[in-house]
Amino acid sequence: MPEEVAPREVFGKTLVELGKENPDIVVLDADLSPSTMTKYFKEAYPERFIEVGIAEANMIGIAAGLAANGKIPFASTFAVFATSRCFDQIRVSVAQSKLNVKIVSTHSGLSVGEDGASHQALEDLALICSLPNFTVIVPADGVETAQVIRAVAAHNGPCYIRLIRGKSPVVFDDNYKFQIGKAALMRQGNDATIMAISTMVAPALEATNALASEGIKCRVLNMSTLKPIDVDAILKAAKETGGIVTAEEHQEHGGLGNTVARVLAEQYPTPMELVAVKDKFGMSGKPAELLERYGLTAKDIAAAVKKVIKRKV
Amino acid sequence: MYNDGIVNVSNNPENKTSVAKANAGVFSSSEDLSIVCKRLRRDIVTMIAKAGSGHPGGSLSAVEIVVTLYWKVLHHKPVDPAWPGRDRFILSKGHAAPVLYAALAECGYFPKAELDTLRKIDSRLQGHADRTATPGVEMSSGSLGQGLSFAVGSALAGRLDKAPWRVYALLSDGECDEGQTWEAAMSASMFKLDNLTAIVDNNGIQLSGFNKDIMNVDPLTKKFDSFGWHVIEIDGHDLKQVLNAINQAKTIKGKPAAIIAHTVKGKGVSFMENNVDFHGKAPNAEQLEQALKELA
Repeated sequence: MPEEVAPREVFGKTLVELGKENPDIVVLDADLSPSTMTKYFKEAYPERFIEVGIAEANMIGIAAGLAANGKIPFASTFAVFATSRCFDQIRVSVAQSKLNVKIVSTHSGLSVGEDGASHQALEDLALICSLPNFTVIVPADGVETAQVIRAVAAHNGPCYIRLIRGKSPVVFDDNYKFQIGKAALMRQGNDATIMAISTMVAPALEATNALASEGIKCRVLNMSTLKPIDVDAILKAAKETGGIVTAEEHQEHGGLGNTVARVLAEQYPTPMELVAVKDKFGMSGKPAELLERYGLTAKDIAAAVKKVIKRKV
Repeated sequence: MYNDGIVNVSNNPENKTSVAKANAGVFSSSEDLSIVCKRLRRDIVTMIAKAGSGHPGGSLSAVEIVVTLYWKVLHHKPVDPAWPGRDRFILSKGHAAPVLYAALAECGYFPKAELDTLRKIDSRLQGHADRTATPGVEMSSGSLGQGLSFAVGSALAGRLDKAPWRVYALLSDGECDEGQTWEAAMSASMFKLDNLTAIVDNNGIQLSGFNKDIMNVDPLTKKFDSFGWHVIEIDGHDLKQVLNAINQAKTIKGKPAAIIAHTVKGKGVSFMENNVDFHGKAPNAEQLEQALKELA
């Protein structure tokens, strides 16, 4: 079993490091700091921690005002509240205004588990990717999360970072270098490509190992930057492998699958299969049970790969 | 009068040149403000008529407030709109952009001739205030209810930097329907933001009718008071009252101040006054002529 780390824990600790390095870093939370892990920043720099209470719209507006005056605000809450709850505020006060606000959501996707549908964000990426000026990043593990948080702090412009509740198997070693807008090649292969984000990267690698024993060699790309998407990596994969499977803990509408499909439809039509949530809300259950129920396991990815290979011309 | 409290320097005479330097370009005018107000009203109705659309009612009701701020209160430099030492004016009621544009043009942020481009394609003067388009506009607004939160964030930034500048937010009474306004109001008093003043242009009319018939926001004074604000109630067309209220707000310590300014929607143009039809409708050529006659 690979080592497991909670990305939100890494996020919280990285914020403290950044806070030490840069006095302009400020952190906002909406009564969830013990869960989003902004509590570490609150302890270290209470004067730069802004507790807004259960008021996400106000949090985003305050963050915009801080950013307009030279601060680098990180606003954090659960993914269900970080986007849909305050979408208009993000749209006008942040995106249209081109303000340097970092929204870091935690507890995204079905793997929230027992809290059920109201707490399982499966549409946040669709919402946020529809806004001009936003950079959208979904880190795969703790190693990548630390680098992503640093990268967005250094990047001038609105950013959305999507984290999960649970722990992630570590898929990157310390030599990994994250770059905004660049896909990471996790496995080389030419029979098909699996493009995955977040919790689906480890199952993608597991599926690849299983398929290898059947003689199928898959390429695996971690597509952590959803916007701007790495068009070159997508086209290269399409041309060299001829079949694409995307995997994400998100609705099939407006997430990774749709983004990749748009690129391919316009530039290089290629057979594709989407491993995603199929237009359904979530429900209570253990994370592993839910991922199985909604078809988001290594087995589902492997089946999709076989299907896409059959469709190759 | 614009030389006090702008920059943090000691009384050491060696700092006199740096004070003078810091204050170079700060706007100042000795013109009679009632004349300025009339001119701005003419600009407002003219630019909206030329655009063929826009919001005259809520622009005309805010003229004395905006003029008092830009002519008597704000430290600002039209030649350097991003001057870090400027006071921040946040127009939350973004549909009243014409009153802000008229003031900014008068102060010299951009040529007055540009007012004719309002709402036209590629214009710097967008239909609703847009910070990415217009020099001197602090916040993109138009979706009501967002400005007070933005103002709270700005005031927090100023406090973190121990900066002497203040934040002024102009709200409509209609946008007090929006819950976010009250989220922001709650937080401003929780954070004890005494560098923040909110002014409510209480003209009593929203898009589709009188507030009391659509959604009654009254009593606004009691609401802000119960949210922990220092509240001042004034006639928003009396220049003296507006200035006194803003000056009083500056002296309040430990809490934000709200000025509830009673105004008349469409103020200055007889057929627009208290007329819901002119919330968001441009005057036609004949109406413009009549309006300009009344504002001569």
